[in-house]
Amino acid sequence: MTIEEKQQEIIDDFAIYDDWMDKYEYIIELGKDLPLIEESKKTDDRLIEGCQSRVWVASEFNNGKMHFTADSDAIITKGIIALLIRVLDGETPENIAKTDLHFIPAIGLQEHLSPTRANGLLSMVKRLKIAALEVLK
Amino acid sequence: MTTQEKITFNVEEIRKQFPALHREVYGKPLIYFDNGATSQKPQIVIDTINRYYTSENANIHRGVHFLSQQATDAYEEARRIVQRFIHAQHEHEVIFTKGTTDGINLVASCFGELLTAGDEVIISGMEHHSNIVPWQMLCERKKLKLKVIPVLDNGELDLEAFEQLLSEATKLVAVTHISNTLGTINPVKWIIDKAHTAGAKVLIDGAQSIQHMPINVQELDCDFYVFSSHKVFGPTGTGVLYGKEAILNEMPPYQGGGDMIAKVTFEKTTYNELPFKFEAGTPHIIGGIATGTALHYLSSLDQEAIHGHETDLLNFTQERLLETEGVRIIGTAREKTSVVSFIVDGIHPFDIGTLLDKQGIAVRTGHHCTQPLMDRFGIPGTVRTSFAFYNTKAEVEVFLKALNRSIGMLR
Repeated sequence: MTIEEKQQEIIDDFAIYDDWMDKYEYIIELGKDLPLIEESKKTDDRLIEGCQSRVWVASEFNNGKMHFTADSDAIITKGIIALLIRVLDGETPENIAKTDLHFIPAIGLQEHLSPTRANGLLSMVKRLKIAALEVLK
Repeated sequence: MTTQEKITFNVEEIRKQFPALHREVYGKPLIYFDNGATSQKPQIVIDTINRYYTSENANIHRGVHFLSQQATDAYEEARRIVQRFIHAQHEHEVIFTKGTTDGINLVASCFGELLTAGDEVIISGMEHHSNIVPWQMLCERKKLKLKVIPVLDNGELDLEAFEQLLSEATKLVAVTHISNTLGTINPVKWIIDKAHTAGAKVLIDGAQSIQHMPINVQELDCDFYVFSSHKVFGPTGTGVLYGKEAILNEMPPYQGGGDMIAKVTFEKTTYNELPFKFEAGTPHIIGGIATGTALHYLSSLDQEAIHGHETDLLNFTQERLLETEGVRIIGTAREKTSVVSFIVDGIHPFDIGTLLDKQGIAVRTGHHCTQPLMDRFGIPGTVRTSFAFYNTKAEVEVFLKALNRSIGMLR
C-alpha cells in the first residue's frame, strides 16, 4: 500500500464517525494497541518534551526502509502517534521526507498538530522527517 | 459605586449579560470553566469598546480638540474607578500596564534598581512563572539572592519557614494572593505585616484575587498590588499596578518615551509626575476605559451574594469530585476560592482535557505556568476547573457527567 493509500484508508475509517466522542474512542483504542517503544530506548535524546504530554520516538533504517516506534504519557497523543506510524512505518526515507500528512486535517485532528497545542506531536512529525533526511544525507 | 443600590444577584440574569456563555462548541452548549485563564466579557464592556472605536477614538493627554479631551476624561475617570475599587489613597498610585506580568516586570526593573548586591527577594513555591522569572532575572542582574517559601502538602504556604527566611537582607517579598493552580488564599495581610517588621516591601500578585474578593490596598498595607483586566471581565492587554506614592516616586521610570516626560532637551530630560512617569507612549486607551467599565459593572453587583455563590460552587464541585473513583484534588488549603485542580489515577490530564473539550467543556490542563509547584507535588500537571460568578451548579453536574464518561473511555 502506498502512503497515499494508507492516508485514504484512515480517512475512510474515520468517515463512519460523525460524533467527536466516537472518533476519540477509536483514537484511544489505537493508542492502547500501539506497539510500545522499548523501555531502554526511552532516553532523553528520544524524548520530545511538549508543554503538556511527552513523546518518545525511536527510528531505525533497515533494508532501505524506515521503522519507527514511539510512546507518550497521554493516551490520545499515543493514538495519533499510532496513526502517524501506520502511515510512515516501512516507507523509504525519500517518501517520508516528501509526504504531506493531509489525513490529519481531513479527519479533524489538525488542532493536535498546531504549534500552540504543545503536546509534542508537531515536533514528533518533524523528528520523523528529520530521521528520514538524515538517512538521505 | 458604594452609593449605588446593589442589584440582587441572580445567576440567570447575570448570564444574560455575557454573550459568549450562550454559544456552542462542537455542537454542545459551552461550559466555560477556564476563568482562571481569562474571564468572559459582559455586554457593557463589549459596548464600551465598540462605542469608543466607532465614535470616540482619539489620542489622550495631548490633544486640544473635543474628542481628545473626551477620551482623556474617560481614561482618567477609569483610573479613578480602579482607585475606588481597590481603595487606593491616591489616583496617581494607579498605573495602567499591559497586565499582571507587565506590572511585575515594571517593579522588578524599577524597584529593582534601588537594590544592591547581597539584598534578598522572597517569593513562594506556588507562584506563577510571571512572579518567578522577573525576579530571577533581577537577581542575576543585580547579584541578589532569591529565596522561596515552601508549600505544604495541603497547598498552603509554610509560614514558619517564611519567618525563618525573613531577615534584614530581605528587601522585597513577592507573593500571590490566590494560587492560580491550587486556589489557596494566602494570608497576605499577615505576610505583609511580618515583611514590614523586617523592613521589606511587599508585592501582591492579585491576578486571581481581584475578581473574587474585595481588595483594600490600604488595609492590606501592601506596597504593590498588580492585576490583569482580562481576568476581571475587562479586555486583554491592560492591567494595573498599584504602588504606594512614596515608593513609586523613589523608583526610576520604566520605559522612556512620550507622556512620561516633563521636558526633553538633548542635554537633560526631566520626568513627568505620577502616574505618567510609568506610562510611556500612547497607552491601551480603550483597555483602560473598558477596565473602568468592567470594575464599575462588578461593583454594581452584590459582592456578598457573589462570594456566597462562588463558595457554594467550589464546595459542591469538590465534594462531588471526591465521590469519583481515583480523583485526587491537588490543593486542599483551608482557605480556597473558585479553583479546583485535580488528577485522576493513571490518566494524563491532557487526555481528560481533550475529551471534556469535545463535550463542550473548557478547562485548563497542564502545569498552569507553575512548573516548580507541579514538581513539588511530583505530577506532570492537573486538570483545572476555575469558576466565575456566572457559572452554575447545573454546569458542574454536566461537567461531572462528562468527566465520568471521559474516565470510562480512558481506563
